[in-house]
Amino acid sequence: MKNRVRFRIGVSNVFEGIVALFAFLISLPLLAVIYYVLKTGLSKINLSFFSNIPKPVGELGGGIANALIGSLYIVAVATVIAVPIGILCGIFLSENKKSKLAYWSRLAVDIMQGIPSIVIGIVVYFWLVKTRHTFSALSGSVALAIMMLPVIVKSTEETLKLIPNPIKEAGYALGLPYHKVIMRIVLPCGFSGILSGALLAVARVAGETAPLLFTAFGNPYISHNMLKPMQSLPLLIFNYATSPYDEWHDLAWGASTILLIWVLLLNVTTKLITKRWKVQL
Amino acid sequence: MKRQFFNFKTILFSGILATSLISCGGNNEGDKTSGDDNTLLGAGSTFVNPLFSKLYSEYNKQTGLKVNYQSIGSGGGIQQLISKTVDFGASDAPLNDEQTTKMAAEAVHIPMCAGAVVLSYNLADVKDTLKFTPDVIAGMFQGTIKTWNDPAIAAINKGVKLPNTPIVIAHRSDGSGTTNIFTTYLSKVNAEWAVKPGKGSAINWPSGLGAKGNEGVAGLIKQTPGAIGYIELAYALQNKMAFGSIQNKGGQFILPSVASTSAAGNIQIPADAKISLTNTEAADGYPISGFTWALLYKEQKYNNRSEARATKLVNLLWWNIHEGQQYCEGLNYAKLSPAAVSVGETLLKSVTYDGKPLLK
Amino acid sequence: MNMTAWKTFSYKKVRAESAFKRMLIVIAIIMVILAVSIFLTLLVESMPSLKALGIKYLWQRTWDPVTNNYGALPFLIGTILTSFLALIISIPFSYAIAIYLGEYKRTGWLSALLRNIVELVAAIPSVIYGFWALIVMVPLIRNLETKMGVVTYGVGILSASLILAVMIIPYAASLGRELILMVPSALKEGAYSLGATRFEVLRHIILPYTRSGMLAGLLLSLGRALGETMAVTMVIGNSSLIPTSIFSPGNTMASVIANEFTEADRTVYLSALIELGLVLFIVTVVINIIGKAIIKKFSSE
Repeated sequence: MKNRVRFRIGVSNVFEGIVALFAFLISLPLLAVIYYVLKTGLSKINLSFFSNIPKPVGELGGGIANALIGSLYIVAVATVIAVPIGILCGIFLSENKKSKLAYWSRLAVDIMQGIPSIVIGIVVYFWLVKTRHTFSALSGSVALAIMMLPVIVKSTEETLKLIPNPIKEAGYALGLPYHKVIMRIVLPCGFSGILSGALLAVARVAGETAPLLFTAFGNPYISHNMLKPMQSLPLLIFNYATSPYDEWHDLAWGASTILLIWVLLLNVTTKLITKRWKVQL
Repeated sequence: MKRQFFNFKTILFSGILATSLISCGGNNEGDKTSGDDNTLLGAGSTFVNPLFSKLYSEYNKQTGLKVNYQSIGSGGGIQQLISKTVDFGASDAPLNDEQTTKMAAEAVHIPMCAGAVVLSYNLADVKDTLKFTPDVIAGMFQGTIKTWNDPAIAAINKGVKLPNTPIVIAHRSDGSGTTNIFTTYLSKVNAEWAVKPGKGSAINWPSGLGAKGNEGVAGLIKQTPGAIGYIELAYALQNKMAFGSIQNKGGQFILPSVASTSAAGNIQIPADAKISLTNTEAADGYPISGFTWALLYKEQKYNNRSEARATKLVNLLWWNIHEGQQYCEGLNYAKLSPAAVSVGETLLKSVTYDGKPLLK
Repeated sequence: MNMTAWKTFSYKKVRAESAFKRMLIVIAIIMVILAVSIFLTLLVESMPSLKALGIKYLWQRTWDPVTNNYGALPFLIGTILTSFLALIISIPFSYAIAIYLGEYKRTGWLSALLRNIVELVAAIPSVIYGFWALIVMVPLIRNLETKMGVVTYGVGILSASLILAVMIIPYAASLGRELILMVPSALKEGAYSLGATRFEVLRHIILPYTRSGMLAGLLLSLGRALGETMAVTMVIGNSSLIPTSIFSPGNTMASVIANEFTEADRTVYLSALIELGLVLFIVTVVINIIGKAIIKKFSSE
């Protein structure tokens, strides 16, 4: 009898060991990717990397300034478009759980979350590029914004659902109208959750290439014009990584390092914010 | 603090501010001269991308004009010209019938340079330059010749030790004029290929791996032992890849080079410049050569284009076929023959704005 | 009685309040319009191809731009092969992470470490995964192929499935963890009080309880795998032929669109590509909806 029990306990311990092993195996590819990108990319980065634009094949000293600035512009504009709309939709969904419109709206958001990024790129091409006869950074931002919306809506809705009703009722009791209750009481309360949702959305689209392939198009020069084509980090990496030129490969590695660091920083910041500004309920 | 943050009016105001910054702020910076007419947009052939990147960088130093050229493939360039999202397209294949119909307005083909499509291979242990005949090439790409030590290949490469490695074909995954030149050649020299799979910018390849752009195929060949693929001469030379000599119409095995490509172009050029140089009659010409053309609309007044912009475009292309030609050989492209240049000049002079020719 | 109440009442405030409420409603409607427009755009632009090729588009095996005859079968097979292979490869790892974080180590520094690692895996952009796979993983696969005596493409179905598997692990893992956390303690404690070991509680209580939820998690991972473009297109070999083994090159629907969209030079060609997008849209959306519905049913039980 005791042996039987010891066997079962042994099986349980072995299983725990196997599970732990498999669970931590995922760190292998992660470490491999981060290590390789940093190792190859960091050596390629110098000051001229940030200030120059890519040079023609055969000339040294190219940089990724156009892609850096372009990425910042495109992502910033996408954020400005997506965050207000996303937050407002999240408010609606958290306030009206049962209404028919809320059901369809939630379904629409779920659908948009599942659409592959390349399909969104095609659709925005037809909406904004073909009609205006020009590629533009703005169309790229719109494509990215569509991808950000579901993330922001979901995180806002989940955060606001956690806020207890008494807080809102206190506001009503003091005579505040609906929009003031939402804007000045509920939203600040859920600020950290909403902010982390927004940052996660930004981190997600910062590295997206497919939606920009047919919208922002790319640009070998630095551009400040949202209505014309613009280069972005993921596009540059994709184009130069698949080329046979070593100088362009170097640029792609350096750009990958920058992109990786940017995305990692965003994720870390999100975690710090959530920790510091947790909703005290 | 946070309470005033979420004032409704603040959000509305910032939204309006942001929108106006987006639409106006972009235009105010950097375009201090003539609106946005200082950047021309081009798209198309990857074949000619290294040359174009050099040409436009030089042109920018001389005139300050910027050219944003994206090498998305010849088919893509034509598509964008049809959609009027670019000023000019660049293609290694002339417009086909459907494209000409879709363009509605007439487009002119201006030859930019000539290039050679080489057969590059990755056989680390073979130091000699391999020879290929048209039938051997067709056989390899059709999948009937499967290994490098096949008797058909050995017969024309006597004395070379060929390994038993399987042949891995590398072709384009995107539509391209380079593919068009190569498959036009194969259709001319091999009756079976002409029927299936035929010629075109994108075809149904019987075997092999696909990669995007000349860049992708060159990368694929470099990384795959036993691979053979077709890429532009400039890419092969710049990457120090091995390539073979091809038997031309006259029976000679010609090694692709700038000289043999120019030689292929020493024939009569028709007035619309739409001619294929493949399987050339020239005795010392390399048989898989072709022009790259820049395509633009003959009548430049469309879609609110300004005359200044159209003039800049025509001047750019004029420079390309004259002063720009000096940069060709350094990057392993073949200069245009005098016949091709004069045909290009005539065509550029026929480009009009509102009916009036732009070049005087 | 209440003079202050009288003073603070105003029609202006009521109007502002209803304007705000109306704006919320408008935004919610916009979401619906957005989703519907995306579908309609895809449908409308696929029309030329739908009319020319009809339903046999779905099972024809040749994709021939020369003869303008398009069949999506090779890409459907490529997509399904890579996605399911990736899913199968990822299952042990997703489950292990879910169990570990949900049952063995719910809190503590080790748990936080693993959770951060998993989130980071999900955060890395796909183009970086593709680039890394091209430079590091493909040569390794090539070595494997040399040892096995098959043609050393390097790129192909196997490479694409491997990198996809890595990318989709976090989705099923984090959902699985939440599901396992939701198992009622009463059930577990009942089993423990009867003398079950941890393994037995997992095997007989937790896993059966969360079975449908885990299935939903796998569906979500699958949905993600089906639509992934960039990493796949860099290592799948881009061939229009039906793959014959996991070492052959192939192509997925998303990868074909990315490659051929900008230079499709004929109307039917372009709309055939968009029809691929339409198929991709329908498939991924349906899978996602089913997955979410299962989760909702599970969490409300």
